[in-house]
Amino acid sequence: MMDVLIYGLINGVILALIASGFSLCYSVSRLANFAHGALYILAGLTAWTILQPLHLSYPLAFLGSLVLTALIGLAVYEFMVIRIRGMEASEIILTFALSLVIIELLRYLGFVGPRFTLPAIATGKLDVLGVPVDYHRIAIIAVGAALTASLWLFTHHTKAGLALRAIAQDDQVAMMLGIDSDLTAALGLSLGSALAALAALTVLPLGAITVESGYGALILAIAVAIIGGLGSVTGSFLAAMVLGYAIVLASKLIGPQYQMVVSLAAIVIILIIRPSGLLGKQKELEERV
Amino acid sequence: MEARRKERIDRPVKAQTDGIYALASMRNVMYLLAPRLFPALALIVVPALLPTLYLKRIICIACVYALLTLGFDFLLSTVGLVCLGGALFFGCGMYAAGALNYYYGLPPVVTIPLGTLLGALISTALLIPCLRLRGIYFAMVSLAYPLMIHRIIEATLILGGTDGLLGLDGLPNVWVELYLVIGVTLIALFGLRRLYHTDFGMVLRAIKDNDQAVRASGINITLYKAIATFIAALLGSFAGAYVAHLYMWAGPSGWALDYSIFPIAAAVVGGMGTLSGAVVGSFILAPLSEMLRAFASLRIVFYSSALIVFIMLWREGLMNWLERKYHQIERWVKV
Amino acid sequence: MSEEVLLKVVDLSKSFGGVKAVDKVSFELRRGEVLGIIGPNGSGKTTLVNMITGFVKPTSGKVYYRGKDITGWPPHKVANLGIARTFQTPRPFLRLSAYKNLVVPLYSPRARRIAAAGGFGDRETVAMDLMEDVGYERDSSVPYKPAAALPHGYLKRLELARCLALRPEIIITDELLSGLTVAEASTIAPLVEKLNMEGITFIMVEHRLRELFRLAHRVIVLEQGKKIAEGPPEKILEDERVKKAYMGAEVI
Repeated sequence: MMDVLIYGLINGVILALIASGFSLCYSVSRLANFAHGALYILAGLTAWTILQPLHLSYPLAFLGSLVLTALIGLAVYEFMVIRIRGMEASEIILTFALSLVIIELLRYLGFVGPRFTLPAIATGKLDVLGVPVDYHRIAIIAVGAALTASLWLFTHHTKAGLALRAIAQDDQVAMMLGIDSDLTAALGLSLGSALAALAALTVLPLGAITVESGYGALILAIAVAIIGGLGSVTGSFLAAMVLGYAIVLASKLIGPQYQMVVSLAAIVIILIIRPSGLLGKQKELEERV
Repeated sequence: MEARRKERIDRPVKAQTDGIYALASMRNVMYLLAPRLFPALALIVVPALLPTLYLKRIICIACVYALLTLGFDFLLSTVGLVCLGGALFFGCGMYAAGALNYYYGLPPVVTIPLGTLLGALISTALLIPCLRLRGIYFAMVSLAYPLMIHRIIEATLILGGTDGLLGLDGLPNVWVELYLVIGVTLIALFGLRRLYHTDFGMVLRAIKDNDQAVRASGINITLYKAIATFIAALLGSFAGAYVAHLYMWAGPSGWALDYSIFPIAAAVVGGMGTLSGAVVGSFILAPLSEMLRAFASLRIVFYSSALIVFIMLWREGLMNWLERKYHQIERWVKV
Repeated sequence: MSEEVLLKVVDLSKSFGGVKAVDKVSFELRRGEVLGIIGPNGSGKTTLVNMITGFVKPTSGKVYYRGKDITGWPPHKVANLGIARTFQTPRPFLRLSAYKNLVVPLYSPRARRIAAAGGFGDRETVAMDLMEDVGYERDSSVPYKPAAALPHGYLKRLELARCLALRPEIIITDELLSGLTVAEASTIAPLVEKLNMEGITFIMVEHRLRELFRLAHRVIVLEQGKKIAEGPPEKILEDERVKKAYMGAEVI
């Protein structure tokens, strides 16, 4: 029982971290970044490259990866998305195609596989209330908590953050206030990419950098976004927790191979009983008049 | 220095052929008929003349992709839904037909139509809940489902697990293989064309144009979207059911991203909005991708890059451009 | 104008986040009348209309149509009851020609029922009839032009035609007369009057008070989401609260 509580929490935080970039990007700029999974892997590989072939220090790899991925996100916006901005169908198609180009190219060039791993933040185990938890997973929770706290502080107590919240609530109002929508969109995409990088650095050490982790990150980000409600960052945290616990519970009760079944079922159930998501702000199609 | 601008006007023969005067002369009739008749005839005749089985198979595969692409183009140009999950329709059809054959021993002549129907029903049912929501949900959900189902099958080992369902019945001979799929492709192409021009097609296009106005007109857009999705699903599921018996196997690779991204790339390259573009695009990309067969994942890189280039630089695509050239003259005029 | 109550709105409210766009608005609509809804910008008029017609779900309150609770019904169901609406910014199907715009609503269940009962014949003819009903000349080229090419005044009339395609009992117009020249407004206002004479009940959300006050039997005034006055136009003009709301100060 206690292990479900603890592992559920860890899993929830992992999902929240992975989904945070996708959610933030959408809530700030109404851009569904289907390249999220690709950026996730790129961040991991950047860190790996800095660490392994280049033999540089971990903090440098960490920061380097964050910054580089954010810059890549920015570049994607400035050079690609901006040309088709506003045409939702094209935006979707473009980011989806981009994600495939990146991930499959990396697969072809052999940059993903079991030999690509990132080091854990710390090694060793700890006993938490009778449940063995390794330091790295504890670090994950710490990172998650820190991220939540800083996002909360940022969006509620700084001017820029409040502006972002205003934009997230109503972008027409934001336009009237003179906030440049291209700027915020670029910001949204780069912040989203940075968060994807943060998630990669934290979560990838648990396994290896594989192609699956790229598509897996995308699927999970989508699942969390749908369950929590597209556009609500708090919603995605909540959804991540719920889904995280559900997966761990199912793993324990039925078996670990049913993880994906749980996610799929969760999506279908939410779409049927509460389509706008747990904390979804917009009720279905209606509030677009 | 006089100012000039480019002017586009309909060709005289186009203006002549609007309405009843289409039948006025052989020239007018040919003008209208040729672009439809000759490619269709070519599609029927040429494959029979191809020397090797390999080449014939390429035509089969091109048609399979053409069906998926037609579905994608149809959904996008009528109700405005972006389907990132061609693989969902394909996989459902493939497994439905495969399972009927594998577990119940039904012959292909039954499993293909039944598999198509079942596959379409299941995939549409999965997508219906998100039709009430904004279009972005459809994109996300259609993307996620096939990826998730793939992983579920491999993890829970249902329906043959990673190996899939092997040893399915094949099709009687290469002529059936060819002309079954060519026939369905032509029927789909001309059928969808006809559908566009009916009032039902008009309502679908109105939904893409302005769905709030359609709702205010008393029409239940979710129902229409569901029907449109079902139509696209039928096409995709048939493709899957057919391939199950073409390769005599139904496996997890039926959920591959190939079947989701290729239709989009082919539609964009061929020209979105023109159903013929879907077929043309498929017939351009499929052989090219066959040549890259050795480089597995590079194929996806190839389609996706082509897609990106076209969507950023040449959005109208091939058939839109060709149609324009065919129907209109461009010339410089003095301002 | 009869005493039969067609529409009853009870304590209808809508909050967006912390903002109360509509605050406990109640009123009745009687068959045959023209009810005006006026108020300064941001007073919640359009949100009220959206709630009645199903485009926005109310936070609380009820809407009754002939005694039946239709609160929260989706837009197409409300339209099929015979409650049609126009949009503040006209929303035709841009890619279709003008008269084809009218064929679309003829496929609604309501229109189909009427057609089945022998109400009308082939749809194209009906669409043309509707164009005529709102003042287009049948033989002109206007009906065949793509809706995107029509000027604003024409689009407003097209909106009304779209409503008429449903053979509605109630038409709710949202700023029908806005953005029109005096000449254009003076052709559309009589159209509303004519349709009202033919038995259609109207709710008109308006900014253009002069024309509205000539058409309306009763007027409701909203301010900041609340109903602050209700009555015949003459009384509204005299009402102190209304003057304050519009002018921001008491006008002596």
